[in-house]
Amino acid sequence: MPAISFVNVAKTYASPRGEVRALDDVSFDIEEGEFFGLLGPNGAGKTTLISILAGLARATAGRVSVLGHDVAADYAAARRLIGVVPQELVFDPFFTVREALRIQGGYFGVHHNDAWIDELLANLGLADKGDSNMRQLSGGMKRRVLVAQALVHRPPVIVLDEPTAGVDVELRQTLWQFIARLNKEGHTVLLTTHYLEEAEALCGRIAMLKQGRVVALDRTSALLAGTASTMLRFKLDKPLPAALQKNARVTGRIVQITAHDAREVESILAVLHAANCDPEDLEIGRADLEDVFIEIMRGETPPRVAA
Amino acid sequence: MTTVVSPVATVRVATGILAGTRTLLYKEVLRFWKVSFQTVAAPVLTAVLYLLIFGHVLEGRVTVFGSVGYTSFLIPGLVMMSVLQNAFANSSSSLIQSKITGNLVFLLVSPLSHWAWFLAYVGASIVRGVAVGAGVLIVTIWFAPLHVANPLWILFFTVAGAALMGALGLIAGLWAEKFDQIAAFQNFIIMPMTFLSGVFYSVASLPPVWHTVSHLNPFFYMIDGFRRGFFGTSDVSPWTSLAVVGASLVVVCAVCLHLLKIGYKIRH
Repeated sequence: MPAISFVNVAKTYASPRGEVRALDDVSFDIEEGEFFGLLGPNGAGKTTLISILAGLARATAGRVSVLGHDVAADYAAARRLIGVVPQELVFDPFFTVREALRIQGGYFGVHHNDAWIDELLANLGLADKGDSNMRQLSGGMKRRVLVAQALVHRPPVIVLDEPTAGVDVELRQTLWQFIARLNKEGHTVLLTTHYLEEAEALCGRIAMLKQGRVVALDRTSALLAGTASTMLRFKLDKPLPAALQKNARVTGRIVQITAHDAREVESILAVLHAANCDPEDLEIGRADLEDVFIEIMRGETPPRVAA
Repeated sequence: MTTVVSPVATVRVATGILAGTRTLLYKEVLRFWKVSFQTVAAPVLTAVLYLLIFGHVLEGRVTVFGSVGYTSFLIPGLVMMSVLQNAFANSSSSLIQSKITGNLVFLLVSPLSHWAWFLAYVGASIVRGVAVGAGVLIVTIWFAPLHVANPLWILFFTVAGAALMGALGLIAGLWAEKFDQIAAFQNFIIMPMTFLSGVFYSVASLPPVWHTVSHLNPFFYMIDGFRRGFFGTSDVSPWTSLAVVGASLVVVCAVCLHLLKIGYKIRH
């Protein structure tokens, strides 16, 4: 039985400019024990899909289930099986960290849970913050409490909606170590993130959304293997010749151009030479997930959905 | 109780339609109790000021129900007014704060049923209403003689009135998108209806037109029925008040439960 199953999920909103289709016929399954990444640009529908899964929003059509429990018809059972870390940094200013965690567990019918709460606090670097009021915590600390709140009822399925947005390096390390451990122990993890290197390092399988549709769904390794595998990187002080601009990604002085083989690398260098450009720090490397992502979002490759 | 097998451990969890109600009720009570200076002490002070000012001006000039002095008459009115206004304030302000700050998400992702939400929010409103009402009574009872004719009427109208206002506050909290809208609801609907319900006067003393209008105000029946418990006499029969308050309570609770069930303005 899949841990999470999306079947023909659609979501439309009425807006002043007419009907907006936030999700369009989204179908895929996430198996038990997977570490699954959901990627896409802003507005692609990632948060809408997660909101439907968590019960924050309702699908216009289609079915979503958690370990076989429909999130609408059998919402209580479905919600007991998932823990959601929301994207927004929200907190209840009336309570201490420990009170917030006890209360959140109580909503799920889990009482006398202090041993697990202590373990969560220790693993998330919050051991000395149990009696601090939520208002006194820094942004990073509040983010850790959000993670603890999502895990307080020991859900087998963990959903993280951009948990590391605006978070310092130390917390990212702590968080990923802990989540990776939970994944090894059997928890299913669904992650949305803007940091593609995180998704590449952690996720066994990835779905990419674009304008509410699944445009790629495959093992991370297959997505990386299937793309233009070579990437030419260099620094340039002059404007890039027009002939190269179409396939290039320019960040300040840094230029990255995909090349499929050695002949293509040679021809790129020839164009630069002819235009009197002198590339510095030239290197040739393997494409990473960011390159795959950009290529797919540009629509240069056909949808890549593994059966 | 159900046993859910998590990959990490086996957890015993309470399931069923009311699971989690106790925790949400506890959280809602703890929320207002942590700021009790503002949520309990301040409304008690306001009621005492009303008593001092109106009692000073009108004591000796007005008698009600034949022989009841004005200050004695005013005390139960102020107690009930405080119960009603604070019951409304509790559920409405808690919900709108959670909506605006975004922490309502903690409830939305939980398995709490619409019955659990309803019972916990309304229950906490009753607790706050009773706490403030008791505070007003304890402070004001020294100002004039007051005896209890029938404690059952007092109990019924306190609990039913607070529940009605707690449910109304929940509806207002679901509907409102800004603090302004809750304030408008409070200042333009709740305040006039409580002030014009006979807290400060017996509606029997009003001109015929206003006397009739007062009888269309459900708040009048809550106050009048509550007073019956103290004086053993009232403007209308306590059974009429019981019927009106009971019917209003059923209607408001039904609307509230329906809105919670469909996730009105909280689940998109």
